[in-house]
Amino acid sequence: MTTLQAPPTDLAPVVISARIDDFAVPHGREEEWRFTPIGEIAGFFEPDPAAGAVIAEDSSFVTVVDMDHDNAGRWLPVDRAAAVARAGAPRVVRVRVPDDTVVEEPIVVTLSGEAARNHAHVEVRLGRHSKATVVVAHDLAVDVSGALVTEIGDGAHLTMLSVMDGPATSVQLWHWPVRVGRDATFIGSTVTIGGRIVRMLPSVTYDGPGGSATLLGAFLADGGQFIEHRILVEHVAPHCTSSVIYKGALEGAGTHTVWVGDVVVRRDAVGTDTYEMNRNLLLDDGARADSVPNLELETGDIASAGHASATGRFDDQQLFYLQSRGIPEKVARQLVVRGFFVDVLSRLGSAHWRDTVLARIAQRLGMDPELESSLEETA
Amino acid sequence: MSTLQITDLHASVLTDEGPREILRGVTLTVDSGSTHAVMGPNGSGKSTLAYVIAGHPKYVVTQGSVTLDGQDVLTMSVDERARAGLFLAMQYPVEVPGVSVSNFLRTSATAMRGEAPKLRTWVKEMKEAMAALQMDPKFAERNVNEGFSGGEKKRHEILQLALMKPKIAILDETDSGLDVDALRAVSEGFNAFREETGAGTLLITHYTRILQYIHPDHVHVFVDGRIVESGGPELAAVLESDGYERFVSAGSTAS
Repeated sequence: MTTLQAPPTDLAPVVISARIDDFAVPHGREEEWRFTPIGEIAGFFEPDPAAGAVIAEDSSFVTVVDMDHDNAGRWLPVDRAAAVARAGAPRVVRVRVPDDTVVEEPIVVTLSGEAARNHAHVEVRLGRHSKATVVVAHDLAVDVSGALVTEIGDGAHLTMLSVMDGPATSVQLWHWPVRVGRDATFIGSTVTIGGRIVRMLPSVTYDGPGGSATLLGAFLADGGQFIEHRILVEHVAPHCTSSVIYKGALEGAGTHTVWVGDVVVRRDAVGTDTYEMNRNLLLDDGARADSVPNLELETGDIASAGHASATGRFDDQQLFYLQSRGIPEKVARQLVVRGFFVDVLSRLGSAHWRDTVLARIAQRLGMDPELESSLEETA
Repeated sequence: MSTLQITDLHASVLTDEGPREILRGVTLTVDSGSTHAVMGPNGSGKSTLAYVIAGHPKYVVTQGSVTLDGQDVLTMSVDERARAGLFLAMQYPVEVPGVSVSNFLRTSATAMRGEAPKLRTWVKEMKEAMAALQMDPKFAERNVNEGFSGGEKKRHEILQLALMKPKIAILDETDSGLDVDALRAVSEGFNAFREETGAGTLLITHYTRILQYIHPDHVHVFVDGRIVESGGPELAAVLESDGYERFVSAGSTAS
């Protein structure tokens, strides 16, 4: 199922604040919460002294420090869960790449929650004219609410990957606010295949003209998982580009995915070039996918703006064609699902992660690992 | 020596308004080494015949039989039919996004041959088959049928034919949408396959043009869901000069 509707009058958040009490406890009918099973995450709407910290191992560019609320980045929470997490996070996982630095190897940050319920604050800051790849591997063994605050200096180039892979048991509520510097480039990808209830909210804004943001996503849901991605791109500066491509596959009764893509082009953002797309592949009749692209233009003086959304079932013609070449149905389905994801995964900027994720998707769908490796070999 | 035996085949297409009969009693025998051209006007059901033999789920067989060397084809799944030795070169090959030609062909060869071909010999085999059809090696990296021109699609079909070496090949309007050069390349590729394997062929076409390149032993006129006249290659010449008019009226009278 696909939901399309007229956009609200303003897609950007109404309240932006560090104070918990500036946000009412959501009741579930608010636009930003209307799909979420809110009763099951209520624990994240109130401060919780028992909540633990989320940490990572120190490495060349990674340190874990105590939270200093007066110096916790320029981002402020936009909903109550984020305000609670920011106020409650005892530690900050800090990824810092100085100016004019090229980091060849990916910086892998493996998050680890200390308690059953945790508040996280992760900061990624890339200095100007630097270049790096950051991979954030989430801890899906425990419940986490937090933020992945990302700032990219002028002219810098950040490739970043959020990986949620693990048991389908935990709650993960994440904001991923990104500031893109003047002439900077951001390629930010989410791979979401684990978690019981996941809300991942990437948002992008620009600190100057010429910025480029590419947001990619691959998600796979089954067995009653709820996986929600909400994207907000706010074009505030001239001549910036944004490209959003999310693909999801889902199956099983009670499984529900949500994709909301909001793009706002402010009056000063002349020359904007933006495109967003979500495609969902229903592997059976039981699952539900909601897909809501919204585009709000405050200026007509732009290069291009477009959006597309489609949710479809398995294509019988494709299956027939493959089977008519002797390929058994199960293998044919594997080829089609793999093919569905491969284009978005090929843009991640890493063949290693493309293949890793493809293999994980094949594994999750109970597909043949031998075929998967033979496909990689041939490719 | 293989034989595809089609006997009194009736089949319907499933539509929203219910089943509609398209094949109304087709009887035809195709042996190894022989080429049968099935010619008919648009809407006569000749492409349906190809799809029904291949097992397309849109159609349901209501009467009659199809056997390959005595084995019941109609109870086989689509992939079992292919592995039994039937190949349908489609008029409209299907795009499969994200699946490269090389991955597709190797997966198909693995299924057809019962084991994965060794990578090195496979790459060589594929390259030679592509060269024979004058196909750019880069073609193997493209996604199956995605953005292919009409000529590229048909070359790709014949490439599969050459690699899979079926016992019986069914060519459904392989000439449609081809310019002369592409038609020649595709026909030469097919003729090389036929010569090498001695396969039997069912060549379905609306026009006689392709018969200048692929010579049939038998020509059948297909009207209103069945064969209304059979003859040798000379029948194609009659169709070329007189068209289907005479047979269409004959077919309508009969039904």
